[in-house]
Amino acid sequence: MENENGTRQNKQFAENDICIEFDAISENEGLARVVIAAFISRVDPTLDELEDVKTAVSEAVTNAIIHGYGERGGRVVMRAHLTEENELSVEIIDRGVGIADVVQAMQPLYTSAAENERSGMGFSFMEAFMDRLEVESSIGEGTVVHMWKSFSAEEKLAPILQAAVWNSSSRV
Amino acid sequence: MEKKMEEYAIIDDYLCIKMPGEVDHHGAANIRECADQLILDDKVKNIVFDFENTTFMDSSGLGIIIGRYRKISCFGGKVYAINASERIGRLLRASGMSSIIEILT
Repeated sequence: MENENGTRQNKQFAENDICIEFDAISENEGLARVVIAAFISRVDPTLDELEDVKTAVSEAVTNAIIHGYGERGGRVVMRAHLTEENELSVEIIDRGVGIADVVQAMQPLYTSAAENERSGMGFSFMEAFMDRLEVESSIGEGTVVHMWKSFSAEEKLAPILQAAVWNSSSRV
Repeated sequence: MEKKMEEYAIIDDYLCIKMPGEVDHHGAANIRECADQLILDDKVKNIVFDFENTTFMDSSGLGIIIGRYRKISCFGGKVYAINASERIGRLLRASGMSSIIEILT
């Protein structure tokens, strides 16, 4: 809700925590986006903030489905937490194959699924649209993508994306 | 998956693709298949992605565009994005897509 000046109200909220688990199938990418959007509605996010969070969650869930489980199915867990100060923490957890080299996987344009026409920009989007991103992964055990975003900070436009200018000569 | 061919139109040598409301991995395969079939069948030269109805897009959308660009650019074709919202236009530019496609808003 906005007050008369159109600014975000400084209401005090209780902590809130949710955890949902769903099949690792692509139609649940939209489900995860709807759930996270509803969960953060109490902070009155701007349209851009809302889309930022939805996009980051969509990327992480898509990664779990495509890379974690190789599109063979499994279960994805989404845990989300809002502090009293309305800082969002969201984790996307899979028990899939894991990532051998997390640093490499997070490079802009890196993809292990080029045949599937992935852009290799998933982690770049997550980094750009959230305040902080941590990825923990073990081979054979799975991957946890942990992201944070607070809703008071000034909006910043995607420096990481700007750094990742598509190089048509080398990659296309 | 159901194919909605009414979302695709060929005008001269342009293939116009009406992108869905939400562009994500879930719908990407269908768009790729339909588009590629038309590219082969009708000797399409250029592609126009129409984002008029699109309110959400993640990096899957970049994959769709880059993949089609690869298919037609070697024959001198061009790729355009039209009617993109402010956010999607920004997302396309910020991820460097404007170096391979023309973004008309």
